[in-house]
Amino acid sequence: MSSLHLEFDVAGNNFVSAGSASDEVKKTLKMLGVDPVAVRKVAIAMYEGEINMVIHAGGGKASVDIDTDKVKIVLADEGPGIPDISLAMKDGYSTAPDAIRDLGFGAGMGLPNMKKYTDEMHIDSTVGVGTTVTMVVNLR
Amino acid sequence: MKLKDIIAALDAEVVSAEDLEKEISGGYCGDFLSFVMAQAPAGCAWFTVMSNHNVAAVAALTEVGVTILCEGVEPDEQLKAKAVGRGLDLIVTAKPVFEAVKALDL
Ligand SMILES: Nc1ncnc2c1ncn2[C@@H]1O[C@H](COP(=O)(O)OP(=O)(O)OP(=O)(O)O)[C@@H](O)[C@H]1O
Ligand SMILES: [Mg+2]
Repeated sequence: MSSLHLEFDVAGNNFVSAGSASDEVKKTLKMLGVDPVAVRKVAIAMYEGEINMVIHAGGGKASVDIDTDKVKIVLADEGPGIPDISLAMKDGYSTAPDAIRDLGFGAGMGLPNMKKYTDEMHIDSTVGVGTTVTMVVNLR
Repeated sequence: MKLKDIIAALDAEVVSAEDLEKEISGGYCGDFLSFVMAQAPAGCAWFTVMSNHNVAAVAALTEVGVTILCEGVEPDEQLKAKAVGRGLDLIVTAKPVFEAVKALDL
């Protein structure tokens, strides 16, 4: 399998299209015959990141590189940024408003899930400029 | 437990079901989607009262075996459409979550 590059625009505040990028990546990985356990990890981690861009950042861009040995996901937005990354990473920390909680989001478990389901995760964020989350899931 | 036996035990309304012979094991109860993605094992029964279309996305990505809407909560139109379109198994029971879990042997 040679490496494959995918790119997606993620629309902000749109919960109907939210998750379509993750869905597409999941389908592609399945089609490539990637180990189902790894596919599930990538799908969940990417969905959480995608939803965070939808809710917290007014949308953004997702780019995914699929290699024989790993899947790399980069989620970049030009949202408000995260002032305190270690606080944001804590289980249960959320700034999601009530309207978002009514949809089932806002448990403050998205970033912890992304960490849990990936082998590498890095957040780069500047307040007022944006956030870039990079995640890697190893395939072997 | 087979999906058809779950449907019978819960006297459930079927919104979408592909394979009634499908085996379901384990379960998870909850409405916060990130908790579901953290905890629900693939192939399990997910008990929830959340009825919007994000439920379909999470059920698909987490690969839950069947989503059980409790308390007679009806799925909204988008959830219904997504469940049918993606071949997700989705059923509705009048039972509260606790009663629904008790009625099953998962
Ligand atoms: N891309 C982003 N831009 C700006 N802020 C973000 C971004 N991603 C996360 N955050 C901030 O970090 C917090 C924690 O994120 P996390 O995904 O863990 O929880 P949540 O999105 O609030 O709820 P959940 O993911 O459980 O539905 C968010 O509430 C938000 O304040
Ligand atoms: Mg989140």
